[in-house]
Amino acid sequence: MNNGAAVIAQNLVRSFGATAAVSDVSFSIQRGEIFGFAGPDGAGKTTVMRMLAGVLRPDSGGIAVEGIDVIANPEGIKSLLSYMPQRFGLYEDLTVAENIFFYAELFSVPRKIRLARARELLEAAGLSPFQKRLAGQLSGGMKQKLGLVCALIHTPSVLLLDEPTTGVDPVSRRDFWAILYNLRESGVTIVLSTAYMDEAERCSRLALMDAGKIHYCDTPARLKQAMPGMLLAITAADPRAVRAALADAPGVLGLLLMGDRVNVRVDDAARRAPELRARLDAQNIAVTGISRIEPAIEDVFVALVGGGAPA
Amino acid sequence: MNLRRILAIAYKETLQVWRDPRSLAIALLMPLMQMVLLGYGISLDIKHVPLCIYDQENSQTSREMVQDFTASGWFRTTAILNSDHGVRAAMDDGTCIGALVIPVSFSRVLAQTGQAEVQAIFDGTDANTTNIASGYAQGVIAQTAATFASRWDAQHGVRPPTAGSIGLQSRVWFNETLDSRNFIIPGVVAIILALVGAQLTSLTVAREWERGTMEQLISTPVTSTELMIGKLSPYFVIGLLDAAFCLLAAAFWFEVPFRGSVFTLILTTALFGVVVMGIGYLLSVRIHNQLGASQIALMVTMLPIAMLSGYTFPLDQMPASIRAISLLVYARYYVTILRDEFLKGSSLTEMASSVAALLLYAVAVLWLAARAFRKRLD
Repeated sequence: MNNGAAVIAQNLVRSFGATAAVSDVSFSIQRGEIFGFAGPDGAGKTTVMRMLAGVLRPDSGGIAVEGIDVIANPEGIKSLLSYMPQRFGLYEDLTVAENIFFYAELFSVPRKIRLARARELLEAAGLSPFQKRLAGQLSGGMKQKLGLVCALIHTPSVLLLDEPTTGVDPVSRRDFWAILYNLRESGVTIVLSTAYMDEAERCSRLALMDAGKIHYCDTPARLKQAMPGMLLAITAADPRAVRAALADAPGVLGLLLMGDRVNVRVDDAARRAPELRARLDAQNIAVTGISRIEPAIEDVFVALVGGGAPA
Repeated sequence: MNLRRILAIAYKETLQVWRDPRSLAIALLMPLMQMVLLGYGISLDIKHVPLCIYDQENSQTSREMVQDFTASGWFRTTAILNSDHGVRAAMDDGTCIGALVIPVSFSRVLAQTGQAEVQAIFDGTDANTTNIASGYAQGVIAQTAATFASRWDAQHGVRPPTAGSIGLQSRVWFNETLDSRNFIIPGVVAIILALVGAQLTSLTVAREWERGTMEQLISTPVTSTELMIGKLSPYFVIGLLDAAFCLLAAAFWFEVPFRGSVFTLILTTALFGVVVMGIGYLLSVRIHNQLGASQIALMVTMLPIAMLSGYTFPLDQMPASIRAISLLVYARYYVTILRDEFLKGSSLTEMASSVAALLLYAVAVLWLAARAFRKRLD
């Protein structure tokens, strides 16, 4: 077994009834990585996370976390892991401090360490003033940060976060990521899933998932390089009209509507830009600008995995 | 097993019960309500039957007789009438369900012949009540007659040829007053504990599944045995408090005579508590939503216990096949123990078979419950 690997998964398969949620997924996560699963809802991200956490058994395949076989010994990994499920998993009728205390006790955190650590984590999460508030009365972002505090109260070696920032405001999300970056410094392996492509970009490595499979798995930079073609951003008053007009234009490999602009993937940006402008002019579609841009993970995902673009 | 984790779960569970109005109501109000409802509602005797008095004579003897009726406790005087009409009217408007009519010559005839007649009229629409009430009336009259007879004795030196001379002495053991309450109240205590205990614990695991807290909980190192002990212990304490309340009410409010040992009572009650809580927990583990779990808990406790624990319907009068089924109804053992403890003051060894049955149940239920819970989502 690889010394540097915190998590190794081999040929994971899991179906629910006739639906294959995860089919033949393999990956290996190095110690200290921030590893992301990116993909739309229903891609199988949650099922993978649950299997890693030892709360769901795969139909076949193997998982090792920190060298421990999760299938044979799911309890063996539980003191090393922290898992934050997609749905808020803490007690809404307990206060912030009571939830933290509860999880500290479950993981047998020594009392002295608990107090210092709770203070530090609450500070980082901006939750210090809310310790006596019931968890159910926190905002969505504060709930997720509390979840993170509870998950980190015992210093796990692997942290599993299932869509941790879904429904979280930008400020809380920034706090959240600041804590994650700090953790990585201390050598914690972080595995997270996300449907947000801007967030996926922050991961050190990324597995692009769709329909129960990992289609590509690499660093965000190399995934971008792997995208065939180049990207032109066309801004227009009516981007839908642009998309319709260019759908079958020569050299166009793909179109992605992005608010007030359309990202057009072409085989050769320098050659196609004037051609596309001429085509739009001919159809009387007003264009405010055409420029070449670097692809974001979202573009890469659509280009490589295709199908419906995730949010 | 890790004591810290057990305590953490017990503490968390206590906070949750304390903050959950529904659980609190079940824990605190249900025993009170049921004790009142079942304790008073289900009684096979009648007390304070509303009685009208039509005393045509109004002599000292007749007033003494009326006095005997109200002093007996079975009757209370709701109206003093002065016509036959009045009796009919009082019964029609529900003022009374019985009337005592004392004829005008009552004390004179009694003094002369040593025997006299009074008339008791009852509203026959509730045949059962009438039957019982007229039985009581016989009793009261016999008592008056006896008093009269002893006086006659003193005056005449010979006994009169009346009912007062009947020397039948009946004595009933254990329930001397033949008060059905003494028989029913211990059963009521058992049924309340079974109900409250199973209701409370049936919510505990289901609540975690329903609210989505279970997924995170099972990702921690807590074991299923720790979870069970941690979750059950606060409810066990609540159950014992409820039991103490019910048993004290039985002894002091309903005045069921207690002749056993308090230690034996506590021990057997604790054992029954474990069985009841374990069954609720087992259901909760199996059924992942609160409503379903509590409904089933109600069904599996209420029905069989009401019918087959011997709490109202005597088991020895049931067909053998039904009696065989009743052996499975864990509450019957506790009902038996409570009755023996209260009325007979039996010792643990005298009740060995019932205690052993409860013990067996407790061990089996806890073993099953600890095994039934799996730390997995599927």
